[in-house]
Amino acid sequence: MPEQLMQQIVNGLLIGFMYALIAIGLTLIWGVMNIVNFAHGDFLMVGMFTSFWLYTLYGLDPLFSIPICTLLLFVMGLLIYRFIVSKVMAGPMLAQLVVTFGVSIFISNLAVYWWSPDFRLIAKPLLSGTWDISGVQLSIPKTVASIGSIVTSLFVFLFLKKTKTGKAILATEMDREAALLMGINTERINSLSFGMGAALVGIAGAFLSTYYYIYPQVGGVFGTIAFCVVALGGFGSISGAFIAGILVGLVQTLGGFFFDPSYKYAIVFMIYLITVWIRPQGLLGW
Amino acid sequence: MQNVMTKQFSYIGIALILAIIFPLVVTNTAVQHVAILFFMFAMMAVAWNIMGGYAGMFSFGQVAFFGIGAYTSSFLLISYQVNPWIGMIAGGLVAAFVAAAIGYPCSDLRGHYFAIASIAFGEIVRIHFNNWKLVGAAEGLSLPMLDGGFKDFMFHSSKLPYYYIMLAFLIIALIVCYLISTSKMGYYFRAIKESHDVAKVLGINVVWYRLIAIMVSAFLTAMAGTFYAQYVLYIDPESVMLLPISIQLVLISMLGGAGSVMGPVIGALVLIPLSEFTRIWLGHRGTGIDMLIYGFLITLISMYQPKGVWGFFTNMGKRAK
Repeated sequence: MPEQLMQQIVNGLLIGFMYALIAIGLTLIWGVMNIVNFAHGDFLMVGMFTSFWLYTLYGLDPLFSIPICTLLLFVMGLLIYRFIVSKVMAGPMLAQLVVTFGVSIFISNLAVYWWSPDFRLIAKPLLSGTWDISGVQLSIPKTVASIGSIVTSLFVFLFLKKTKTGKAILATEMDREAALLMGINTERINSLSFGMGAALVGIAGAFLSTYYYIYPQVGGVFGTIAFCVVALGGFGSISGAFIAGILVGLVQTLGGFFFDPSYKYAIVFMIYLITVWIRPQGLLGW
Repeated sequence: MQNVMTKQFSYIGIALILAIIFPLVVTNTAVQHVAILFFMFAMMAVAWNIMGGYAGMFSFGQVAFFGIGAYTSSFLLISYQVNPWIGMIAGGLVAAFVAAAIGYPCSDLRGHYFAIASIAFGEIVRIHFNNWKLVGAAEGLSLPMLDGGFKDFMFHSSKLPYYYIMLAFLIIALIVCYLISTSKMGYYFRAIKESHDVAKVLGINVVWYRLIAIMVSAFLTAMAGTFYAQYVLYIDPESVMLLPISIQLVLISMLGGAGSVMGPVIGALVLIPLSEFTRIWLGHRGTGIDMLIYGFLITLISMYQPKGVWGFFTNMGKRAK
């Protein structure tokens, strides 16, 4: 029993770090421009497929395709912001909500059209197997992905706190008008944050592709969970999203373990409802 | 003003006569099926519009009420031989009750927060029904064959009765929406949509009126759910509780013009035949091309026509004067 429980906690942590990385990209976009990116999960899917095809066609291991995924998703995010999202920023609330749904449906079905709805796996990734630490199985690709998530999150955190551009992003998040008056080009900050948000989820996609199934609808679950994570952490808060990601991962696996595995996602959605009810600003929001 | 009113009523009269004659002229059952779906989605979009378009609560979880309506009447029919008409009322009441239970804690939520809460709610309901043995879990429910006829809400030989029943339901929903929009309550809803704080200052009980909007909307949506169950005679969580149905309702309302009585009907008139026929023509299962077009359309609409077709026409009318 304690070993099983330990195993569940480890599993929860490992998936939690992935949730954290995905949610950081989402919270960045949300915090800066107050847009909910419903296509976020589909960005993840694009990242996973990019790394899958680089592996299948050119034999490039997912670990080495991370830079390519990052760059590709960054550009994709920029373009989607420039040509679609920025056009609805001044429009009615409903249009802002629906537009990224359209993008999401479009991207995921483009993937179905091109690559069929099949499930795929990367056959022989560089990283595979498990470590056995006194009875607890530690999957090597998941552990590496978690380390990658921690490093990336730390990098984002430092970028926002230490660099001039990062501070400009934080300033825009706090007060758009004031930032504009201080001479910050908020339009540029918007595209930059959207690109960065997409790039971060691209990194997550590359890591995830080393051990998870790759299919066009994979973004659905991850995207919806990311909303819950962002809400729990506090909208726009990077460190909040990180902590909340780990918490959600733990609650999901432990809830499944003690209660019923088929309800594990329902438990996550319950967390969202309870959070916005009791503490709408989230754990670390203001 | 009087003139505009009579003009509007004459348009509605013409539309109604056309709707009544239509299935007598077009006897192709595939087309009749699309027409029935059009009425059904129009009715649900009208229901969505009451809480979304008027009261400003953008729900992406309406499908839960649709499913609850379908499941309640079907379960009562199968297990207790309750007449589907009574089952429909029961389903509406259950949906309204659930709506109040989830709506109350969400009283302060607006915009994105409400939208995501509604998605979470819809998904929780779906996951629960997917695992609930009493209602068949993932296998769903098959309705028993009754004799058929109006009393049984089941017709074996023709789609016509379904067509007229759904048309009647749509008209009921439109009347409810019209009465609300022209009453004091309609103005309260709009005030709440603009700003909770201002509405509170005006002495409007925000929590109470939001609950009314959600409950009316849930009741009407559940009615459509019962209709669907009686029409298809088989329901499972995959067919009556999936998120895309909720999104479609939002889109129909937005395309037609959220916050106007007839807007959702126009939206459904454009979108339902479009999506049904692209599915028939292009959607060889699994190619995704019908959904591809659909996603593209959603993006275009929200970029270029976010106020809907209705808004476009009213603007034209104003300019003409």
